Amino acid sequence: MGRFPKSIIEFDRVSFRYQSVPVLENITLAVREGEFLGLVGPNGGGKSTLLKLIMGLISPDSGSVRVYGTTPKKARSRLGYVPQFARFPSDFPITVEETVLMGRLKQRRIWQRYSAEDKKIAHKSLEETGVAEFADRPIDQLSGGQLQRVLIARALASEPELLLLDEPTASVDSHQEKGVFDLFKELNKRMSIIVISHDIGFITDYVDRVACLNKEILCHETHAITPDIIDQMYGGHVHAIHHHSHAI
Amino acid sequence: MMEFFTALAEQSFLQSAMIAGVLASIACGLIGSYVVVMRISYLAGGIAHSVMGGMGIAYFLGGSPLVGALIAAVVSALIIGLVKLYWQAREDTLIGALWASGMALGIIFISQTPGYQVDLMSYLFGNILLVAEGDLWLMAGMDLIIVGAIALLYRPFQAVAFDPEFARMRGLPVNLLYLLLLCIVALTVVLLIQVVGLILVIALLTLPAAIAGHYVRTLSSLMALATLLGLCFTSAGLAISYGPDLPAGATIILLAAGCFIISSVLSARKKPMKSPDTRT
Repeated sequence: MGRFPKSIIEFDRVSFRYQSVPVLENITLAVREGEFLGLVGPNGGGKSTLLKLIMGLISPDSGSVRVYGTTPKKARSRLGYVPQFARFPSDFPITVEETVLMGRLKQRRIWQRYSAEDKKIAHKSLEETGVAEFADRPIDQLSGGQLQRVLIARALASEPELLLLDEPTASVDSHQEKGVFDLFKELNKRMSIIVISHDIGFITDYVDRVACLNKEILCHETHAITPDIIDQMYGGHVHAIHHHSHAI
Repeated sequence: MMEFFTALAEQSFLQSAMIAGVLASIACGLIGSYVVVMRISYLAGGIAHSVMGGMGIAYFLGGSPLVGALIAAVVSALIIGLVKLYWQAREDTLIGALWASGMALGIIFISQTPGYQVDLMSYLFGNILLVAEGDLWLMAGMDLIIVGAIALLYRPFQAVAFDPEFARMRGLPVNLLYLLLLCIVALTVVLLIQVVGLILVIALLTLPAAIAGHYVRTLSSLMALATLLGLCFTSAGLAISYGPDLPAGATIILLAAGCFIISSVLSARKKPMKSPDTRT
Protein backbone atom coordinates (compact mmCIF):
# COMPACT_ATOMS: atom_id res chain seq x y z
CA MET A 1 0.00 0.00 0.00
CA GLY A 2 2.56 2.50 -1.11
CA ARG A 3 -0.14 5.08 -1.62
CA PHE A 4 -0.34 5.76 2.13
CA PRO A 5 3.14 6.63 3.21
CA LYS A 6 2.60 7.79 6.77
CA SER A 7 0.14 7.26 9.59
CA ILE A 8 -1.81 10.35 10.62
CA ILE A 9 -3.78 8.63 13.37
CA GLU A 10 -2.47 5.99 15.71
CA PHE A 11 -4.59 4.25 18.32
CA ASP A 12 -2.51 2.06 20.61
CA ARG A 13 -4.55 -0.32 22.81
CA VAL A 14 -7.15 2.33 23.54
CA SER A 15 -10.03 1.66 25.92
CA PHE A 16 -12.82 4.02 26.91
CA ARG A 17 -15.66 3.62 29.38
CA TYR A 18 -18.70 5.80 29.65
CA GLN A 19 -19.37 5.89 33.37
CA SER A 20 -18.78 2.18 34.04
CA VAL A 21 -19.95 0.84 30.68
CA PRO A 22 -17.11 -0.11 28.34
CA VAL A 23 -17.59 1.54 24.94
CA LEU A 24 -14.26 0.81 23.30
CA GLU A 25 -11.90 -2.00 24.25
CA ASN A 26 -8.29 -2.42 23.26
CA ILE A 27 -8.48 -0.55 19.97
CA THR A 28 -5.33 -0.53 17.87
CA LEU A 29 -5.72 1.23 14.56
CA ALA A 30 -3.64 3.29 12.19
CA VAL A 31 -5.06 5.63 9.57
CA ARG A 32 -2.78 6.60 6.73
CA GLU A 33 -2.44 9.92 5.00
CA GLY A 34 -4.82 10.32 2.06
CA GLU A 35 -6.96 7.42 3.16
CA PHE A 36 -10.76 7.30 2.94
CA LEU A 37 -11.83 5.17 5.89
CA GLY A 38 -15.37 4.02 6.61
CA LEU A 39 -16.43 3.25 10.17
CA VAL A 40 -19.39 0.92 10.50
CA GLY A 41 -20.98 -0.97 13.34
CA PRO A 42 -24.12 -1.19 15.44
CA ASN A 43 -25.51 1.70 17.48
CA GLY A 44 -23.56 1.99 20.70
CA GLY A 45 -20.65 0.22 19.06
CA GLY A 46 -18.39 3.20 19.78
CA LYS A 47 -18.16 4.89 16.38
CA SER A 48 -18.89 8.44 17.59
CA THR A 49 -16.70 7.84 20.63
CA LEU A 50 -13.81 6.96 18.34
CA LEU A 51 -14.23 10.29 16.49
CA LYS A 52 -14.39 12.19 19.78
CA LEU A 53 -11.13 10.57 20.87
CA ILE A 54 -9.49 11.68 17.62
CA MET A 55 -10.71 15.23 18.22
CA GLY A 56 -9.58 15.19 21.84
CA LEU A 57 -13.06 16.03 23.12
CA ILE A 58 -12.65 13.03 25.45
CA SER A 59 -9.55 11.19 26.66
CA PRO A 60 -9.02 7.43 26.70
CA ASP A 61 -9.10 5.53 30.00
CA SER A 62 -6.09 3.56 28.86
CA GLY A 63 -3.85 3.42 25.81
CA SER A 64 -2.79 6.35 23.68
CA VAL A 65 -4.18 8.33 20.76
CA ARG A 66 -1.78 10.21 18.51
CA VAL A 67 -2.97 12.49 15.72
CA TYR A 68 -0.42 13.86 13.26
CA GLY A 69 2.27 12.64 15.62
CA THR A 70 1.04 14.77 18.50
CA THR A 71 -1.82 14.94 21.02
CA PRO A 72 -5.36 15.18 19.62
CA LYS A 73 -5.85 18.62 21.19
CA LYS A 74 -2.77 20.03 19.47
CA ALA A 75 -3.81 18.54 16.14
CA ARG A 76 -7.38 19.88 16.28
CA SER A 77 -6.77 22.81 13.97
CA ARG A 78 -5.90 20.36 11.17
CA LEU A 79 -9.24 18.55 11.48
CA GLY A 80 -12.65 19.35 10.05
CA TYR A 81 -15.70 17.94 11.75
CA VAL A 82 -19.24 17.38 10.51
CA PRO A 83 -21.50 16.39 13.41
CA GLN A 84 -24.40 14.00 13.25
CA PHE A 85 -27.34 15.78 11.70
CA ALA A 86 -28.39 18.89 13.56
CA ARG A 87 -27.94 18.47 17.29
CA PHE A 88 -28.37 22.20 17.72
CA PRO A 89 -31.74 23.97 17.94
CA SER A 90 -33.04 24.07 14.37
CA ASP A 91 -34.69 27.46 14.90
CA PHE A 92 -31.44 29.18 15.89
CA PRO A 93 -31.39 32.58 14.17
CA ILE A 94 -28.36 32.29 11.95
CA THR A 95 -27.71 32.44 8.21
CA VAL A 96 -25.94 29.85 6.11
CA GLU A 97 -23.00 32.19 5.61
CA GLU A 98 -22.61 32.86 9.35
CA THR A 99 -22.74 29.12 10.01
CA VAL A 100 -20.00 28.36 7.50
CA LEU A 101 -17.85 31.24 8.78
CA MET A 102 -17.67 29.42 12.13
CA GLY A 103 -15.23 27.14 10.36
CA ARG A 104 -12.91 30.17 10.28
CA LEU A 105 -12.88 30.75 14.05
CA LYS A 106 -9.29 30.94 15.22
CA GLN A 107 -7.55 28.87 17.85
CA ARG A 108 -7.48 30.10 21.45
CA ARG A 109 -8.55 33.57 20.55
CA ILE A 110 -11.25 35.56 22.32
CA TRP A 111 -11.46 38.47 19.90
CA GLN A 112 -12.72 37.16 16.57
CA ARG A 113 -13.23 39.06 13.35
CA TYR A 114 -13.83 37.55 9.96
CA SER A 115 -11.55 38.94 7.27
CA ALA A 116 -12.32 39.26 3.57
CA GLU A 117 -10.10 36.20 3.14
CA ASP A 118 -12.27 34.25 5.61
CA LYS A 119 -15.40 35.17 3.66
CA LYS A 120 -13.80 34.15 0.38
CA ILE A 121 -12.89 30.75 1.78
CA ALA A 122 -16.39 30.31 3.24
CA HIS A 123 -17.97 31.03 -0.13
CA LYS A 124 -15.61 28.69 -1.92
CA SER A 125 -16.67 25.94 0.49
CA LEU A 126 -20.34 26.69 -0.13
CA GLU A 127 -19.77 26.45 -3.85
CA GLU A 128 -17.89 23.21 -3.51
CA THR A 129 -20.78 21.61 -1.61
CA GLY A 130 -23.33 23.07 -4.01
CA VAL A 131 -25.27 25.31 -1.64
CA ALA A 132 -23.78 28.73 -2.42
CA GLU A 133 -27.16 30.04 -3.59
CA PHE A 134 -28.49 29.75 -0.01
CA ALA A 135 -25.73 31.85 1.59
CA ASP A 136 -28.08 34.53 2.92
CA ARG A 137 -30.84 32.18 4.01
CA PRO A 138 -31.54 31.39 7.65
CA ILE A 139 -30.74 27.74 8.29
CA ASP A 140 -34.28 26.90 9.38
CA GLN A 141 -35.42 27.37 5.80
CA LEU A 142 -33.22 24.58 4.46
CA SER A 143 -34.11 20.96 3.83
CA GLY A 144 -32.25 18.24 5.73
CA GLY A 145 -29.99 17.53 2.77
CA GLN A 146 -29.18 21.21 2.23
CA LEU A 147 -28.35 21.74 5.90
CA GLN A 148 -26.07 18.71 5.80
CA ARG A 149 -24.17 20.26 2.89
CA VAL A 150 -23.90 23.53 4.82
CA LEU A 151 -22.35 21.64 7.75
CA ILE A 152 -19.88 19.97 5.37
CA ALA A 153 -19.03 23.42 3.96
CA ARG A 154 -18.44 24.68 7.53
CA ALA A 155 -15.93 21.87 8.07
CA LEU A 156 -14.24 22.59 4.71
CA ALA A 157 -13.94 26.28 5.60
CA SER A 158 -11.41 25.22 8.26
CA GLU A 159 -9.24 23.95 5.37
CA PRO A 160 -8.74 20.62 7.10
CA GLU A 161 -6.20 17.95 6.26
CA LEU A 162 -8.49 15.32 7.74
CA LEU A 163 -12.27 15.41 7.50
CA LEU A 164 -14.34 13.58 10.13
CA LEU A 165 -17.99 12.91 9.39
CA ASP A 166 -20.51 11.39 11.78
CA GLU A 167 -23.35 9.76 9.79
CA PRO A 168 -23.38 12.50 7.15
CA THR A 169 -26.22 10.94 5.18
CA ALA A 170 -28.53 9.92 8.04
CA SER A 171 -31.03 12.61 7.08
CA VAL A 172 -30.95 12.42 3.28
CA ASP A 173 -32.58 10.00 0.87
CA SER A 174 -30.59 7.42 -1.06
CA HIS A 175 -30.45 9.52 -4.24
CA GLN A 176 -28.87 12.44 -2.34
CA GLU A 177 -26.64 10.02 -0.46
CA LYS A 178 -24.85 9.12 -3.68
CA GLY A 179 -24.30 12.82 -4.43
CA VAL A 180 -22.81 13.43 -1.00
CA PHE A 181 -20.43 10.47 -1.32
CA ASP A 182 -19.39 11.57 -4.80
CA LEU A 183 -18.45 14.87 -3.18
CA PHE A 184 -16.38 13.04 -0.53
CA LYS A 185 -14.62 11.08 -3.26
CA GLU A 186 -13.67 14.38 -4.88
CA LEU A 187 -12.51 15.86 -1.56
CA ASN A 188 -10.47 12.74 -0.86
CA LYS A 189 -8.11 13.82 -3.65
CA ARG A 190 -6.76 16.50 -1.31
CA MET A 191 -7.57 15.33 2.21
CA SER A 192 -7.93 12.23 4.34
CA ILE A 193 -11.49 11.29 5.32
CA ILE A 194 -13.04 9.20 8.07
CA VAL A 195 -16.76 8.67 7.72
CA ILE A 196 -19.18 6.93 10.06
CA SER A 197 -21.99 5.20 8.26
CA HIS A 198 -24.78 2.81 9.07
CA ASP A 199 -24.89 1.65 5.45
CA ILE A 200 -22.12 -0.88 5.09
CA GLY A 201 -23.12 -2.04 1.62
CA PHE A 202 -23.21 1.46 0.20
CA ILE A 203 -19.95 2.87 1.49
CA THR A 204 -17.74 -0.01 0.39
CA ASP A 205 -18.12 1.34 -3.15
CA TYR A 206 -16.41 4.54 -2.07
CA VAL A 207 -13.98 3.99 0.78
CA ASP A 208 -10.49 2.54 0.67
CA ARG A 209 -11.05 0.56 3.81
CA VAL A 210 -13.78 -0.22 6.30
CA ALA A 211 -13.27 -0.60 10.02
CA CYS A 212 -16.05 -2.54 11.71
CA LEU A 213 -16.51 -1.45 15.24
CA ASN A 214 -18.40 -3.12 18.06
CA LYS A 215 -16.41 -2.25 21.18
CA GLU A 216 -13.48 -3.85 19.42
CA ILE A 217 -12.19 -3.47 15.90
CA LEU A 218 -13.37 -6.57 14.07
CA CYS A 219 -11.85 -6.05 10.68
CA HIS A 220 -10.43 -3.35 8.53
CA GLU A 221 -10.19 -4.16 4.88
CA THR A 222 -12.88 -3.58 2.27
CA HIS A 223 -12.60 -6.96 0.70
CA ALA A 224 -12.54 -8.74 4.01
CA ILE A 225 -16.15 -8.11 4.98
CA THR A 226 -17.69 -11.53 4.95
CA PRO A 227 -21.12 -12.59 6.18
CA ASP A 228 -19.31 -14.10 9.16
CA ILE A 229 -18.03 -10.71 10.23
CA ILE A 230 -21.37 -9.04 9.72
CA ASP A 231 -22.81 -11.81 11.89
CA GLN A 232 -20.24 -11.17 14.54
CA MET A 233 -20.81 -7.45 14.40
CA TYR A 234 -24.58 -7.22 14.34
CA GLY A 235 -25.47 -10.51 15.96
CA GLY A 236 -26.68 -12.48 12.97
CA HIS A 237 -29.84 -10.62 12.00
CA VAL A 238 -28.46 -9.05 8.86
CA HIS A 239 -28.60 -10.34 5.30
CA ALA A 240 -25.49 -9.83 3.29
CA ILE A 241 -26.16 -8.08 -0.01
CA HIS A 242 -23.57 -8.63 -2.65
CA HIS A 243 -22.70 -5.83 -4.98
CA HIS A 244 -19.98 -5.01 -7.40
CA SER A 245 -16.94 -3.51 -5.90
CA HIS A 246 -15.29 -0.98 -8.11
CA ALA A 247 -11.58 -0.76 -8.40
CA ILE A 248 -10.28 2.06 -6.27
CA MET B 1 -52.16 60.14 28.60
CA MET B 2 -51.43 63.88 28.17
CA GLU B 3 -51.29 64.00 31.93
CA PHE B 4 -48.34 61.59 31.77
CA PHE B 5 -46.38 63.72 29.32
CA THR B 6 -46.96 66.87 31.33
CA ALA B 7 -45.78 65.07 34.46
CA LEU B 8 -42.81 63.65 32.57
CA ALA B 9 -41.67 67.16 31.70
CA GLU B 10 -41.95 68.32 35.30
CA GLN B 11 -41.26 65.38 37.58
CA SER B 12 -37.69 64.19 37.92
CA PHE B 13 -38.78 60.82 39.37
CA LEU B 14 -40.64 60.08 36.13
CA GLN B 15 -37.64 61.12 34.07
CA SER B 16 -35.48 58.79 36.13
CA ALA B 17 -38.02 56.01 35.58
CA MET B 18 -37.91 56.58 31.82
CA ILE B 19 -34.11 56.48 31.80
CA ALA B 20 -34.19 53.28 33.87
CA GLY B 21 -36.53 51.83 31.24
CA VAL B 22 -34.10 52.70 28.44
CA LEU B 23 -31.15 51.23 30.32
CA ALA B 24 -33.10 48.06 31.06
CA SER B 25 -34.20 47.69 27.42
CA ILE B 26 -30.63 47.64 26.14
CA ALA B 27 -29.71 44.80 28.49
CA CYS B 28 -32.90 42.86 27.90
CA GLY B 29 -32.59 43.13 24.12
CA LEU B 30 -28.97 41.98 23.94
CA ILE B 31 -28.95 39.29 26.59
CA GLY B 32 -32.59 38.25 26.34
CA SER B 33 -31.79 37.19 22.77
CA TYR B 34 -29.13 34.76 23.99
CA VAL B 35 -31.42 33.47 26.74
CA VAL B 36 -34.15 32.77 24.19
CA VAL B 37 -32.02 31.14 21.49
CA MET B 38 -30.10 29.05 24.04
CA ARG B 39 -33.35 28.10 25.77
CA ILE B 40 -32.05 28.91 29.21
CA SER B 41 -34.95 30.97 30.54
CA TYR B 42 -35.47 28.51 33.39
CA LEU B 43 -31.83 29.01 34.32
CA ALA B 44 -32.28 32.80 34.22
CA GLY B 45 -35.40 32.44 36.38
CA GLY B 46 -33.37 30.49 38.94
CA ILE B 47 -30.74 33.23 39.04
CA ALA B 48 -33.43 35.90 39.43
CA HIS B 49 -35.07 34.26 42.42
CA SER B 50 -31.84 33.31 44.16
CA VAL B 51 -31.04 37.03 44.14
CA MET B 52 -33.52 37.44 47.00
CA GLY B 53 -31.00 35.70 49.30
CA GLY B 54 -28.30 38.23 48.46
CA MET B 55 -30.67 41.15 48.92
CA GLY B 56 -31.84 39.84 52.31
CA ILE B 57 -28.31 39.32 53.61
CA ALA B 58 -27.18 42.74 52.37
CA TYR B 59 -30.20 44.34 53.99
CA PHE B 60 -29.54 42.54 57.29
CA LEU B 61 -25.91 43.70 57.27
CA GLY B 62 -26.92 47.23 56.40
CA GLY B 63 -25.34 47.14 52.93
CA SER B 64 -26.79 48.01 49.56
CA PRO B 65 -29.41 45.45 48.46
CA LEU B 66 -28.30 46.02 44.86
CA VAL B 67 -24.74 44.94 45.62
CA GLY B 68 -26.07 41.93 47.53
CA ALA B 69 -28.24 41.07 44.54
CA LEU B 70 -25.28 41.32 42.18
CA ILE B 71 -23.11 39.00 44.26
CA ALA B 72 -25.90 36.46 44.70
CA ALA B 73 -26.73 36.48 40.98
CA VAL B 74 -23.14 35.90 39.86
CA VAL B 75 -22.60 33.19 42.50
CA SER B 76 -25.73 31.30 41.41
CA ALA B 77 -24.82 31.66 37.75
CA LEU B 78 -21.38 30.18 38.41
CA ILE B 79 -22.79 27.33 40.52
CA ILE B 80 -25.31 26.36 37.85
CA GLY B 81 -22.75 26.73 35.05
CA LEU B 82 -20.02 24.70 36.79
CA VAL B 83 -22.43 21.93 37.71
CA LYS B 84 -23.66 21.76 34.14
CA LEU B 85 -20.16 21.72 32.65
CA TYR B 86 -18.26 19.49 35.05
CA TRP B 87 -20.62 17.24 36.98
CA GLN B 88 -23.35 16.79 34.41
CA ALA B 89 -25.77 16.52 37.31
CA ARG B 90 -29.49 17.12 36.91
CA GLU B 91 -29.34 20.80 36.08
CA ASP B 92 -33.06 21.49 36.40
CA THR B 93 -33.23 20.01 39.90
CA LEU B 94 -30.33 22.17 41.00
CA ILE B 95 -31.89 25.31 39.51
CA GLY B 96 -35.15 24.57 41.32
CA ALA B 97 -33.26 24.18 44.60
CA LEU B 98 -31.34 27.45 44.13
CA TRP B 99 -34.55 29.20 43.10
CA ALA B 100 -36.42 28.28 46.28
CA SER B 101 -33.58 28.35 48.78
CA GLY B 102 -32.51 31.82 47.62
CA MET B 103 -36.01 33.11 48.27
CA ALA B 104 -36.15 31.36 51.66
CA LEU B 105 -32.78 32.75 52.70
CA GLY B 106 -33.84 36.26 51.74
CA ILE B 107 -37.07 36.14 53.67
CA ILE B 108 -35.36 34.80 56.82
CA PHE B 109 -32.73 37.55 56.77
CA ILE B 110 -35.27 40.27 56.10
CA SER B 111 -37.45 39.01 58.95
CA GLN B 112 -34.46 39.15 61.31
CA THR B 113 -33.46 42.67 60.34
CA PRO B 114 -34.06 45.06 63.24
CA GLY B 115 -36.00 48.25 62.69
CA TYR B 116 -38.84 48.79 60.26
CA GLN B 117 -39.82 46.04 57.86
CA VAL B 118 -38.57 46.63 54.36
CA ASP B 119 -41.14 46.84 51.63
CA LEU B 120 -40.88 43.30 50.27
CA MET B 121 -43.24 44.15 47.45
CA SER B 122 -40.74 46.48 45.81
CA TYR B 123 -38.10 43.72 45.63
CA LEU B 124 -40.58 41.24 44.30
CA PHE B 125 -42.45 43.43 41.84
CA GLY B 126 -40.07 46.31 41.17
CA ASN B 127 -40.09 49.99 41.98
CA ILE B 128 -39.23 51.79 38.78
CA LEU B 129 -40.74 55.02 40.15
CA LEU B 130 -38.37 54.92 43.13
CA VAL B 131 -35.14 54.42 41.16
CA ALA B 132 -32.58 56.85 42.60
CA GLU B 133 -30.00 58.72 40.57
CA GLY B 134 -27.22 56.58 42.04
CA ASP B 135 -29.03 53.46 40.85
CA LEU B 136 -29.20 54.93 37.35
CA TRP B 137 -25.44 55.35 37.26
CA LEU B 138 -24.99 51.78 38.46
CA MET B 139 -27.42 50.54 35.80
CA ALA B 140 -25.56 52.54 33.15
CA GLY B 141 -22.30 50.96 34.31
CA MET B 142 -23.78 47.47 34.01
CA ASP B 143 -25.08 48.29 30.53
CA LEU B 144 -21.62 49.41 29.55
CA ILE B 145 -20.15 46.08 30.66
CA ILE B 146 -22.86 44.15 28.80
CA VAL B 147 -22.54 46.14 25.57
CA GLY B 148 -18.75 45.95 25.74
CA ALA B 149 -18.79 42.19 26.26
CA ILE B 150 -21.17 41.64 23.33
CA ALA B 151 -19.19 43.96 21.06
CA LEU B 152 -15.99 42.06 21.84
CA LEU B 153 -17.38 38.55 22.02
CA TYR B 154 -20.31 38.47 19.61
CA ARG B 155 -18.81 35.76 17.35
CA PRO B 156 -17.49 33.45 20.08
CA PHE B 157 -20.73 33.72 22.07
CA GLN B 158 -22.69 32.95 18.91
CA ALA B 159 -20.52 29.89 18.24
CA VAL B 160 -20.87 28.63 21.82
CA ALA B 161 -24.64 29.17 21.82
CA PHE B 162 -25.08 27.50 18.44
CA ASP B 163 -22.78 24.49 18.55
CA PRO B 164 -20.44 24.25 21.56
CA GLU B 165 -18.83 21.02 20.34
CA PHE B 166 -17.78 22.59 17.04
CA ALA B 167 -16.58 25.70 18.86
CA ARG B 168 -14.41 23.49 21.07
CA MET B 169 -13.06 21.79 17.96
CA ARG B 170 -12.04 25.19 16.61
CA GLY B 171 -10.03 25.74 19.80
CA LEU B 172 -12.31 28.27 21.49
CA PRO B 173 -12.27 28.33 25.32
CA VAL B 174 -15.87 27.11 25.37
CA ASN B 175 -16.30 26.55 29.12
CA LEU B 176 -14.89 29.96 29.96
CA LEU B 177 -17.12 31.66 27.39
CA TYR B 178 -20.19 29.80 28.65
CA LEU B 179 -19.55 30.82 32.27
CA LEU B 180 -18.90 34.39 31.19
CA LEU B 181 -22.16 34.47 29.30
CA LEU B 182 -24.03 33.17 32.35
CA CYS B 183 -22.43 35.89 34.50
CA ILE B 184 -23.60 38.49 31.99
CA VAL B 185 -27.10 36.98 32.17
CA ALA B 186 -26.85 37.37 35.96
CA LEU B 187 -25.82 41.01 35.57
CA THR B 188 -28.76 41.62 33.24
CA VAL B 189 -31.21 40.00 35.62
CA VAL B 190 -30.09 42.30 38.44
CA LEU B 191 -30.37 45.31 36.17
CA LEU B 192 -33.90 44.40 35.11
CA ILE B 193 -34.98 43.71 38.69
CA GLN B 194 -34.73 47.47 39.25
CA VAL B 195 -37.58 47.89 36.80
CA VAL B 196 -39.95 44.96 37.26
CA GLY B 197 -38.78 43.11 40.38
CA LEU B 198 -37.44 39.60 40.64
CA ILE B 199 -40.73 37.75 40.13
CA LEU B 200 -41.49 39.41 36.81
CA VAL B 201 -37.94 39.78 35.50
CA ILE B 202 -37.96 36.60 33.46
CA ALA B 203 -40.83 37.94 31.36
CA LEU B 204 -39.04 41.20 30.53
CA LEU B 205 -35.89 39.23 29.73
CA THR B 206 -37.48 36.77 27.31
CA LEU B 207 -40.67 38.25 25.84
CA PRO B 208 -39.14 41.01 23.68
CA ALA B 209 -36.62 38.56 22.16
CA ALA B 210 -39.30 35.90 21.73
CA ILE B 211 -41.53 38.37 19.85
CA ALA B 212 -38.60 39.55 17.75
CA GLY B 213 -37.89 35.91 16.88
CA HIS B 214 -41.21 35.81 15.03
CA TYR B 215 -39.92 38.35 12.52
CA VAL B 216 -36.13 38.26 12.12
CA ARG B 217 -33.72 35.40 11.49
CA THR B 218 -30.28 36.58 12.54
CA LEU B 219 -28.96 37.06 16.05
CA SER B 220 -27.89 40.67 15.56
CA SER B 221 -31.26 41.77 14.16
CA LEU B 222 -32.95 39.82 16.94
CA MET B 223 -30.98 41.89 19.45
CA ALA B 224 -31.84 45.17 17.76
CA LEU B 225 -35.55 44.44 17.48
CA ALA B 226 -35.77 43.04 21.02
CA THR B 227 -34.14 46.21 22.38
CA LEU B 228 -36.61 48.35 20.47
CA LEU B 229 -39.55 46.29 21.74
CA GLY B 230 -38.23 46.46 25.30
CA LEU B 231 -38.07 50.22 24.94
CA CYS B 232 -41.69 50.35 23.73
CA PHE B 233 -42.95 48.11 26.53
CA THR B 234 -41.19 49.92 29.37
CA SER B 235 -42.14 53.43 28.24
CA ALA B 236 -45.68 52.56 27.16
CA GLY B 237 -46.19 50.55 30.35
CA LEU B 238 -45.01 53.47 32.41
CA ALA B 239 -47.32 55.88 30.55
CA ILE B 240 -50.36 53.60 30.79
CA SER B 241 -49.85 52.92 34.48
CA TYR B 242 -49.40 56.58 35.43
CA GLY B 243 -52.98 57.88 35.10
CA PRO B 244 -54.88 55.10 36.93
CA ASP B 245 -51.94 54.68 39.35
CA LEU B 246 -51.32 51.00 38.46
CA PRO B 247 -48.10 49.21 39.46
CA ALA B 248 -45.68 50.09 36.63
CA GLY B 249 -43.76 46.80 36.56
CA ALA B 250 -46.89 44.67 36.31
CA THR B 251 -48.31 46.93 33.57
CA ILE B 252 -45.10 46.61 31.53
CA ILE B 253 -45.17 42.82 31.80
CA LEU B 254 -48.85 42.50 30.89
CA LEU B 255 -48.30 44.72 27.87
CA ALA B 256 -45.35 42.57 26.74
CA ALA B 257 -47.26 39.34 27.36
CA GLY B 258 -50.28 40.64 25.43
CA CYS B 259 -48.11 41.54 22.44
CA PHE B 260 -46.38 38.17 22.64
CA ILE B 261 -49.68 36.29 22.47
CA ILE B 262 -50.96 38.38 19.54
CA SER B 263 -47.66 38.03 17.70
CA SER B 264 -47.56 34.26 18.30
CA VAL B 265 -51.04 33.83 16.86
CA LEU B 266 -50.25 35.99 13.84
CA SER B 267 -46.97 34.25 13.03
CA ALA B 268 -48.46 30.78 13.58
CA ARG B 269 -51.14 31.57 11.00
CA LYS B 270 -48.63 32.85 8.50
CA LYS B 271 -46.08 30.04 8.77
CA PRO B 272 -47.74 27.07 7.00
CA MET B 273 -48.30 29.14 3.86
CA LYS B 274 -44.77 30.53 3.80
CA SER B 275 -42.81 27.30 3.90
CA PRO B 276 -44.78 24.14 3.19
CA ASP B 277 -41.78 21.93 2.58
CA THR B 278 -39.00 22.82 4.97
CA ARG B 279 -37.19 19.94 6.57
CA THR B 280 -37.37 16.54 4.99
